Amino acid sequence: MFSLQGITNSIQTWLVRNFTGTWVLVIECAIVMLLAITLFAVLGLVLVWMERKVAAHMQIRLGPNRVGPMGIFQTSADTLKLILKEGLTPDGADKLLFNLAPFVVMIVAMLLLAPIAFARGFQVWDINIGVLYITAISSLSVIGILMAGWASNNKYSLLGAMRSGAQIVSYELSAGLSILTIVVLTGSLQIGDIINAQQNGWWLFKGHIPVVIAFVIFMIAATAETNRAPFDLAEAESELTAGFHTEYSGMKFALFFLAEYINIFIVCAIGATLFLGGWMPLHIGSWEGFNHVMDYIPSSVWFFVKTFLLIFLMMWFRWTFPRLRVDQLLSLEWKYLLPISLFNLLLATVVAIFEWHF
Amino acid sequence: MAFLTYCQCYTAVHQHNTEPLNGWRKGIAATTNQEPNIRLAMFLKDYIVDIFRATKSLLTGMKRTGYYFVHPKEIITEQYPDNRDTLVMADRFRGEVIMPHDENREHACTGCTACELACPNATIKIVTKFDITPEGKKKKALDTFVYHLELCTMCGLCVEACPTDAIKMGQKFEHSVYDRSMLTKKLNLPGSKIREGIE
Repeated sequence: MFSLQGITNSIQTWLVRNFTGTWVLVIECAIVMLLAITLFAVLGLVLVWMERKVAAHMQIRLGPNRVGPMGIFQTSADTLKLILKEGLTPDGADKLLFNLAPFVVMIVAMLLLAPIAFARGFQVWDINIGVLYITAISSLSVIGILMAGWASNNKYSLLGAMRSGAQIVSYELSAGLSILTIVVLTGSLQIGDIINAQQNGWWLFKGHIPVVIAFVIFMIAATAETNRAPFDLAEAESELTAGFHTEYSGMKFALFFLAEYINIFIVCAIGATLFLGGWMPLHIGSWEGFNHVMDYIPSSVWFFVKTFLLIFLMMWFRWTFPRLRVDQLLSLEWKYLLPISLFNLLLATVVAIFEWHF
Repeated sequence: MAFLTYCQCYTAVHQHNTEPLNGWRKGIAATTNQEPNIRLAMFLKDYIVDIFRATKSLLTGMKRTGYYFVHPKEIITEQYPDNRDTLVMADRFRGEVIMPHDENREHACTGCTACELACPNATIKIVTKFDITPEGKKKKALDTFVYHLELCTMCGLCVEACPTDAIKMGQKFEHSVYDRSMLTKKLNLPGSKIREGIE
């Protein structure tokens, strides 16, 4: 059976046999970096294509269909175009910050990749405070956006960046509280433990109402944190041209664009890990035959299917709902999501203490 | 002192509110005079009803887009270069001005220049000549109907102005050429003449 764990283990044993301790570490780091960059590139191409296709079909259109079958090479062609374009830096811009900002956004996205479990035993770093690490790092991406907006020396950029700041700071709260619901039920901050706790059923199914509410709130907050419609006030084409990346062109623009899609993937991967069991196959109670068939599907396939389902859900939101106003955005968070998630956390704690979950 | 004035004003307004004649103000007073826990219950009820209504309307929207997503047959896009053979344009589509001729190469244009006058940007230029009728009289007739497609905005005013329905809007829209002079067209076929009986 195909398993990523087997491949990593054989590479590990081969390296240990042929190199000394330090070199093994260095080579493994290099492999991880290479894999992360490859994943980013592939994800960028696939997700942009998927977004355009989903958007088109929801608007009764066909989407890209000229470059390659079903237009699958359209995004590669677009990337090639962006690479060939000149990356302009405006005269009035703060040169250092302006050129640094896309990399900050990108590095934050890369850091978030560390604790995510892609398959059984296939994880960069199973840190014991994985969930805390994710919530802490994901709020750093706003620094890159603020940097970009401020350094551009442009009113649109600055407005977009300020909105993004207000938005991420407020939605961080309800996202954190809905993640805490799962932490309360599992009793651990480690991603590995959280997945193992879902051996006999995903939290979404065995956690009753509190987990369902937490899941809904998490999806709303995740959409807001990745600055996507209906919460795309930071970009808001119709109001701010392109918000914080108005002044960016060429590859620097491409990095922002890529970081947006990488963030969507990561946020959905976290959602899939916490609520849908990560790489854990779907098991139903005592149906031995069914469970056995489900075990036969590789764990990496389970992980990616769940993640892409959540990504599809976010795309569905984007192409259905109109954009919120700034005041509506903040009242949704502070008057609705935050009180509800606080109450919900209390409910989840009661469920966890009395062990009412399955 | 300012605070005291504010209090007096407040009292005055408050007394004013209780007057039976002011219907809408009485309404406000009635709600604010309720027991605090009743007000809280009302607020909570409104809050929860709000959430349910919002969720319902959002789900209605998602149902519609989801329906389109799983029904590819609903797609309204024309697969243009691939479906050129079967492409059907709308009846009232205005692609270019054409002059229909019948099987005897006869058209209905009298050369009256009504279309030329109606055209807002000098797209049409009519060159006339004088025919000799069998009775030996001179009669004005069309020599050349010059149509500048590159100037035309497809407004259709010339078609409306024509008294004999000699011109109409055609359905062709693939007008790209490599030389601008190819866009200047003669609409009447060479050797064509006006149909009998059209004045």
